[in-house]
Amino acid sequence: MATDALSLTFSALADPTRRAILARLTAGAATVKELSAPFAISGPAVSKHLRVLERAGLIVRTREAQWRPCRLEAAPLKEVAEWADEYRRFWDMSYARLDEYLEHLQGKERNDGDST
Amino acid sequence: MATAPEVGTTTFTTPSDREIAISRVFEAPRELLWDAHTKPEHVTQWMLGPEGWSMPVCEIDLKPGGEWHVVWRRSDGSELDMRGEYREVVAPERLVSTERWGEDWPETLNTLLLTEQEGRTTLTTTMLYPSKETRDAALDTGMKDGTTESFDRLAEYLRTMA
Repeated sequence: MATDALSLTFSALADPTRRAILARLTAGAATVKELSAPFAISGPAVSKHLRVLERAGLIVRTREAQWRPCRLEAAPLKEVAEWADEYRRFWDMSYARLDEYLEHLQGKERNDGDST
Repeated sequence: MATAPEVGTTTFTTPSDREIAISRVFEAPRELLWDAHTKPEHVTQWMLGPEGWSMPVCEIDLKPGGEWHVVWRRSDGSELDMRGEYREVVAPERLVSTERWGEDWPETLNTLLLTEQEGRTTLTTTMLYPSKETRDAALDTGMKDGTTESFDRLAEYLRTMA
């Protein structure tokens, strides 16, 4: 594999059509035809998007059936979303702690004069 | 004068296609905020995220070209490693550095700006991503285009479907 998994996830998610396809798949497995319906693009164009999503491990396509339904594979998405969520929470909570710490430092400075 | 955000509220915005900005107002002079971001003995006291995290490693070589390296440890024993390089060091107002969360993540260029007014300091950290795509992926990650509010909803949603 040329690139790492998360880079593939990032680039797969960067396209609005692909995000819309993933959103549709959260409602359940669907065929290429079903997935093409809401978009003003051709079946082959949708297939191209599906290949990108498949390569990123975001969807799985059943090999057996002729109509090859696609289903969502949530694990990589979950990883990215949790990271983003955690990142935001991280700073929010760190800054709350910094508020308290600054208060503590300011109290100390008043007593010590110039601190390090 | 622009309307200042309230003290104690962290604001997340997207100033351009490739950026995410975090802003917050503190009841302290900016020299103190500068120290809080640039001296390991201070950084390790607060830059800890949610409960249950500690920072066993915090190395700061505060000069242009100097490197920084921090490691967070969670109570479950897992670790997060983050490092980068300082590009601009202008005490006590401007700190530009790169940030890497490891091979898997795009490197960002972070600019910390501190402005003081009447004893209050506004902190703004702007993270510049290599492309709009990587920024959007980091920010949006989701099912629809939207603001940072989608983080919480998406994460919650994904948890329910896992």
